[in-house]
Parts: sequence; C-alpha cells; structure tokens
Amino acid sequence: MPHLSLIEQSLVTGLLSGGLYGLLALGLSMSWGLLRLVNIGHFAMALLGAYLTWFMGTQLGIAPWLSGPIIIAAFFLYGIALHWVFMRFGVTEMQSMLITFALAVIVEASIQTLWTADFRRFETPWGRQSWIAGSLYVPKLNLLAFLVAALLAASTWAWLRYTYVGRALRACAEDAPIATAFGINHRGLSFLLSGLCAAYAAVAGLFIALVATLAPSEIWTWIGVVFAVVIIGRLGNPLGALAGGILIGVCEALTMAMVNPSWAPLVSFSVLIALLLFRPRWI
Amino acid sequence: MDLSGNRVLALIGLGALAVGLVVVPATNIPPYYIAFLYLVFFWISMATSWTILSGFAGYWSFGHAAFFGTGVYTAGTLAAKLGVPFLLTLPAAAAVAAALGTGVGWLVFRLKRLRGELFALMTISVTFVVATIISNTPLDGGAGVYLISVPVPELFGSQNGTIYTLGLIFAALAVAIAYTVYRSRMGLGLFAIHDDEDAAEVKGVPTFRYKLGAIALSSGIAGAVGGVYSIYVSYVTVGETFEVTVIMYPVVMSIFGGARHWLGPAIGATIITVALYGFPVGAQAALVRGGVALGLILVVLLLPEGVMPSLQRSWRRLAPALAPARSLPAALVPSPRSIESVAIRSLAPVLQCRDVWKGFGGVQALKGVTLDVRQGEILGLVGPNGSGKSTLINVVTGHFTLDRGTVVFNGAPINDLSAHQVARLGIARSYQIPRPFNHLSVLDNVAMAAVFGGGSSGREARREAVHWLRYTGLAERAFDMPRQINLHERKFLELARALAARPRVLLLDEVLSGLNNAEIDEALKLIRDIRAGGTTIIFVEHLMRAVVALSDRVAVLNGGALIALGTPEETMRDKEVVNVYLGKAHAS
Repeated sequence: MPHLSLIEQSLVTGLLSGGLYGLLALGLSMSWGLLRLVNIGHFAMALLGAYLTWFMGTQLGIAPWLSGPIIIAAFFLYGIALHWVFMRFGVTEMQSMLITFALAVIVEASIQTLWTADFRRFETPWGRQSWIAGSLYVPKLNLLAFLVAALLAASTWAWLRYTYVGRALRACAEDAPIATAFGINHRGLSFLLSGLCAAYAAVAGLFIALVATLAPSEIWTWIGVVFAVVIIGRLGNPLGALAGGILIGVCEALTMAMVNPSWAPLVSFSVLIALLLFRPRWI
Repeated sequence: MDLSGNRVLALIGLGALAVGLVVVPATNIPPYYIAFLYLVFFWISMATSWTILSGFAGYWSFGHAAFFGTGVYTAGTLAAKLGVPFLLTLPAAAAVAAALGTGVGWLVFRLKRLRGELFALMTISVTFVVATIISNTPLDGGAGVYLISVPVPELFGSQNGTIYTLGLIFAALAVAIAYTVYRSRMGLGLFAIHDDEDAAEVKGVPTFRYKLGAIALSSGIAGAVGGVYSIYVSYVTVGETFEVTVIMYPVVMSIFGGARHWLGPAIGATIITVALYGFPVGAQAALVRGGVALGLILVVLLLPEGVMPSLQRSWRRLAPALAPARSLPAALVPSPRSIESVAIRSLAPVLQCRDVWKGFGGVQALKGVTLDVRQGEILGLVGPNGSGKSTLINVVTGHFTLDRGTVVFNGAPINDLSAHQVARLGIARSYQIPRPFNHLSVLDNVAMAAVFGGGSSGREARREAVHWLRYTGLAERAFDMPRQINLHERKFLELARALAARPRVLLLDEVLSGLNNAEIDEALKLIRDIRAGGTTIIFVEHLMRAVVALSDRVAVLNGGALIALGTPEETMRDKEVVNVYLGKAHAS
C-alpha cells in the first residue's frame, strides 16, 4: 500500500491534469453537441498550438502572454474557415470525422517535418515553481491551467444557459430547420461557435506547452482520453466536460501511483466501457 | 446462363489474369516486384475488409490497425514463442481479431443514439489500448518479436513465394467475401442500415445481428492478413504495427475506389498502392502520410462515391452485353400470408393492446391504453397532436419498448420482441414523412421489404416488388432513386413497401397528408382494396372526411388515454370527443 501522502499528492496531480483534459474536451464537446460535427482534429490543433507557443517562446523569443493572443486569434479564424468548408460541402456528422481525422494526420505530419519527432520542452522560469502545502506540492502553472479551464467551462456554461445566443444554439442543435424558421441566424452562430472551439484548442495548447513535454504522437494518445471525457460529461455540456476531465485525471493519477504508470492509458477506456455496459442510457 | 461472346471473352481474360498471378513467383521476376505485388494484395485485402462493414453499413471503423495488429501479434506470439506451425497461426489470428471486433461492436451497436460516432471513436481508442496492452505485457514488452527463425513452408522454391501466394489467397478471399455479402440478403440489409437504420429494423432487417456479422468478417480478414504480414516483415514492433497509416490507408483506398461496391476498394487499393510504392522517390514518411491525408479530404469532399460509379458507366458503354439488364422482371402476384382458416373479416381480435404505458422522461405518452383490433377491420386512430397516436404505432411495431402492459398479436405477446421480429410476424407500417432508403432504387426499396418483412427470396422479391409498384402506380419509376420522385410518389412508395411485407396488420401513419383531393380518392380506393385482401388496417389520420369514409370503427386518443371507441357516427357525437376537438362551448 503506497504512503497516504502519495495518494493525496496524486489526487492533487490528477485534479490539475483533469482540468487540462476538461479544457481539451470543452471544444470537442461544444462542436459535437451543438454543431453535430465531430472534430477529431481538435487534439491536433491543440498540439499545434502548443508547438507554436514553444516555437515562438524558444526560437523567436516571444513570451507566452504575447504569443497566446496571436495564436488564439489565428485559431479562431481557422475555426471559421473550417466551418465554411463544412457548410460549403454540406458535410455530414460522419464525414466530418473523416475530414478532421485527415486534418489531424496532416498537422501531425507537418509538426514532425518542421520540428522532428524529438521531445520538446518549453523551459520557463515559472515552470518549476510550486506552492507547498504541508506535504503537498502544487505546481503553479498547472494550477493556473486548472483555474483557466474552470473559468472557461463556467463562463461557456453561463453563456449557453442565460443568453439568447446560448438558447438559440441549443435550439439549432435540436432542430436546425425549425430554429431557422423562427428567425435564428444559425449560420452566423455556428461560425462563431466553430471559431470559439478552435480558440479553446489554442488555449489548451498554450498550457500544454507550459506544463508538458511535447511530441507529435501525443495527438493519438489524447484522442481516447478526451473522447471518453466528452461522453462522460455529456455532449454540449461545458461543466460536464470539466467534471469528466477531473474524474479521468484523478483515476489516472491514482492508477499511476498505486498500480503502474504505464497502465494509465487504459483508465479512460475502462471507465468508458463501464459506462457503456452499465449505463447505456447515459449516452 | 447467357454465354454471349463478350461474356466468354471476359471470363477468359479473368482466368488468364488469375493463372498469371498464381504463377508469378515461379518465373524469374526480381524479388522486388514480387514483394511489391504482395503489398498490393495486402492493401486490397485490408481495404476490402474495411468496406464490408464501413462501406456497406456506414459504420466507419478507425480501428483497422487494432484488428490487423491483433492478428500480427497473435501469429507472432504463437509462431515465434510457442512454436505453433505458422500456417496454423493464421486461423487463430483471424479468430482473435474477429473476437475483438465483435466485442467492440457488441458494446456500441446496442446504443440508441450516436452509434456511428461512438463506434468510430471507440475503434480509435481500441487501437491505442490494444497497443498499450501489448507493449506493457510479455507479448511484446517493448522489445518487438522476431519471426526470422519461424519455419515457413516454401512454395515455388522460396519463402517469398509462400508469402506472395498467401497474400494473393487472402486478397481473393476478401474480395470473394465482399462479393458474396454484397449479393446476399445481408448485403441488402447492410445497405438499408447505411441509409436509415431504424427504418431498416422496422422493415424486418435484423440490424444488430447483421452489424455484428459484418464487423466479425471485417476484423477477421484484417487479423488473418496481419498474420501473413508478421512473417513478411519478420520483426514486428508495436510502434510500426499500430501506426496511424494502417488506420488511414484502407479508408482512403475504399472511399477513393467506391465503398458501396464490392470491387471498389480493390480498385482504389491498387491505384493508391501503385502511386505510393511504385515511385520510390525517397520522400519522408511524414510527408507521404500528410499527402495521403490531404487526398482523403479531397476524396471525401469532391468524390464521395469514389471512382466506381464512373467506371461502371464506362463499362456499360463499352460492353453493354455484360452490364445487368435494366428491364423490369415479370410481375409475380405474391400469395397472401397463410391465414389459418381465419375469415377475412371477423370479430376475433387480431391485435390487442392491454393497459399499455409508455413515458419519455417526464412526459407520459401512453397512460394505460387498452384496445382490441378485429380481424379485417379498418380502424381509424384519431386524436389531437401529442395524444399518443404515433407512440402507439411505435410501441406496436416494437420500435419502443413498453413501460407496462402487453401487446398481443394472434394470441401471443409481442411486446418483448425487437422490431424486426415483429415485422416478420406480419405487422408493417408506413411513415408519415416517407423514409425510403435513399441509395436503393425504388424497386429495391420495395424488394427489400418483401425479403425482410415478407420472407421472400431475392429473385421472387424483385418480381413481387414489380407487382406492388404496378399496384401503387409506380412501375414507371422502378429504376429511379427515391430523391428523383415527388412527394406524392414517395407516399405511394411507402405504401408499396409496407404492402410488400404482405402484412396481416398494416399501420398507416398519415398517408394522406400533403396529397390533393384526386390523389386522396385514389389512396382511399387503394386502402379499401388492401383490406379486401384480408389485411387489417389501422390508420392514423387528421383528415376527418377520410376517417368517416373509410373506418369501420374509430378510436380516439387524448393525452395518452383512449377516450372513445365505436363506429364513426358514434364517436363523432361523443361529448368528450367533441370537447377535445372543438372546445367545451360546442359540447353543450
């Protein structure tokens, strides 16, 4: 049995990395739930955002608080462009998976060509700073990432819940033609949402660059985890995405501490299978 | 069989090609070309296996690397570590991969929503989960598996000859399986699932079983092919086995070739493999991968049907004698379902709902409906919007499961049966908004109902379909696609599909809405004719003129409960009914 403080520490670590999963899941959950487009390329975009942050920080000397807004704005435009292509060709839910899967491969291949498959690490002065509470270490950057994830999830939830835009989007997800007949500008709103989802990927990428080691193949390891988070949190539910992320993050950290780190990739999958077996109506 | 000159010529050509491919290893062709041809066979089998599930039924698998990799490691472990003779490891590789595929399918195919999306994402996850398990356990342990010392029987004097021949056998087998499925009942069912799975189930397609069958075949082929591949590379690693290209290439090849045709993937695989390996320019693997991914996007957006349809068109132009004839087969009047000495009309109930309850979350759609439907009657089912009429139809046809109560058909309870079983017993329905299978011709739409609902064989079914198309006045449109016909015709197509199942009970959901007066009169006559043949009819309708003209009895639903039942005159005078329809003031 591991020491109690080890379990406490892994709970903290899991909670914080769960925030990052939630942040990654947020964009996917929104576009899947409200636009009926399954964006497998979301993870690739997040990793691209991370590499861009790393590249601008280490090679061009642009600090993350300057490069961040630039990348976020650029990704917002990319999201709009992607949605334009989807609308232009009348892409279905299933086709969107194929196209964004291919986009993920293109991004992964480009990263590998530009920056090789070597591990990359963005060393910053704050990267190794932690608060120490009793026997627990709380890394500052991970905590910041968690807080940003929580803030984004909560504000997206409030936006969907309390504003006209949010209600209109949910109406469109239920039945787009009817909503349009009631005068909801579905096209405009869906462009906005698609842009936002891509911007969320950029935010996630920014923090991934700051707290994690980068490698192009990370895209594929995330897909399984984050897709499980989205399902557990329910489609189109921002707070659910955060809660699902925390659940998976904590379970993974406990597995790493108590069993073996190399089995962590199986955790999210097992939770998902349990959900499908015992609570199929959750879906 | 019609052996015209062209056909003989084509058969001779095909035979010559087969013989040529078989004897290739016996010739002096340099090993490089033999290895290249093996890779073509490899991708043909992978792409074809992908198509059997994903192309035909529309469930896109991103997990072919998992099934393939399971085969690679099953064969590798058995042959290199346990000393099993190599050829015996291949069936094991197929079986283990098929078991994995069936397991994933069983988990996801039961869901009511998001089946397709979840299946796709589950298969991606499975790929990386299987890779993790294999590299964390002694199966691989991170060191890879060497098969270099595994003895392989030598054909044509070398191991390469054996690998080549195995590759050829599995490619031929994969294409043969795809062809057989394509031409079978199961193929028709899979195509229907592709277009509208719920409607397919209601028309009598055992959707769950067919999907499991398709994924078992698909993953089994990929597993066997993986087994052969393990000996081809002779050293397997997790990193190279579960590569993203193994996921992506079969998808690109199938869609580019044409994923709705048994031969499409083979054509796509051949073209793309030649393009990829035929010009070794020493390009970086990452660039090639990115290029293929870009190709996938372009194909999905610009050529979603693949090159197969245009190839078929030129084929028809070049060799019209070989193309299937497009003339209507002679109509066959189907014998009615054997009704064991039951009179065409009687007071005996053929269908009984007893205290039927159904709720959706907080909404109680049916609150204890009890209703007997008599043999051979026309029962009008009316009620305001949201009164539970459609729910009752969905409950009777097995689309919804009940919360409480029983539905009895012909003396036996049917409420625990799935929709396709109910359909086979002889209960058919039409949809208010027509739901034809959009990629099947009008003729095939009707024929599939005869096959799955009426239990006819394929050949009979097409001739019966001609009969029903004549009956509903659609014979002219037999070879059109559903998108090409107008709403009125689509309504009649719904009716023809329902009739082709030779139902004992026919449920018609607002067949008249959207039709003009002349068309309505035509439809009313048709419905009376159908009843005259011994079919009991329940029809949901808002148009009171039709209800009064047609019904023997009228049942009125309101708020999920039956409030009146009787002759049209009786029910129309009923105070509560008038209340519901016209408001309280008129009732007094």
